[in-house]
Amino acid sequence: MTGLYVVGLALVVALGFGVYHKAVDGRVRAVRTGAASPLALEAELGGTATLVQFSSAACAPCRMTARVLDEVSASTDGVAHIEIDAEQRLDLVGELGITRTPTVLVLDGGGVVRSRMVGAPRRQDVLAALAGLADHGRATNANSAAA
Amino acid sequence: MPATHTPAHVDPRGPRFGAAVTTVVLAAVLVLGPSLGLPLLIIQTFAFGAGSLLGLRYQPYGWVFRRLVRPRLGAPVELEDERPPRFAQSVGLLFAVVALIGAFAGAPVIFYVATAFALIAATLNAVFDFCLGCELYLLGRRLLGKPSLDASQPVGGTAR
Repeated sequence: MTGLYVVGLALVVALGFGVYHKAVDGRVRAVRTGAASPLALEAELGGTATLVQFSSAACAPCRMTARVLDEVSASTDGVAHIEIDAEQRLDLVGELGITRTPTVLVLDGGGVVRSRMVGAPRRQDVLAALAGLADHGRATNANSAAA
Repeated sequence: MPATHTPAHVDPRGPRFGAAVTTVVLAAVLVLGPSLGLPLLIIQTFAFGAGSLLGLRYQPYGWVFRRLVRPRLGAPVELEDERPPRFAQSVGLLFAVVALIGAFAGAPVIFYVATAFALIAATLNAVFDFCLGCELYLLGRRLLGKPSLDASQPVGGTAR
């Protein structure tokens, strides 16, 4: 009898977590930091934005994510895509607080991390994050022009 | 031993089929309990062990998939790297060995908890195509700072 309860509990946990994970995975979260990321010092950045993807060998969704980001960077002017093997760069992983692969950081033209997507992001979410970057850039320019 | 220098590629539906079989087997192990379920748990442990230590082509459920299921499905849209699903087999092996120890040592709580974790992981894999072990891999590496699973294959990055 115990076994039946354990099976039931395990299935409820698995299905609950699976549904929750599907809902939140890859969603864009804004990041509030003023400083340029350490990545900016060592990588060739895109003119308007850089998509920095942390991947690992034991990560199937990373392949799919790389394809989506490659497409986006190829079809959008000034957007670069960099893929970093997290296992090779545990220093950056620690510094940037990466816990899972894939994690994608969206850097603006100045190399500042502006948003973060943990898990495989949807194409439209990546495009929205890039659009948000452009809007914010315009707002900042307008403000400085007004001042 | 299979060649380990070039990562093998597998039909992604194979590991998913294997996860579905594993889900059913582990559920049966739990329902049967630590003594009646022991033979099935041993079979499952060997299945995980073959997939993890020898490679996915030696995983018995993968063999069943290739012989009986895949011929009815047609060619896969794309192949995937063997390493993520193989790593998942290693995670399953770890849980199964702990469950076996619990069953043999007369510690049913250990048996139930470890088998339940393996069942949760297999269900997530079968139903959602979500690989729990793969997700926890980087976190484990950060905590332990151990040498890499396979550093010979850098990801196609250009950042220096």
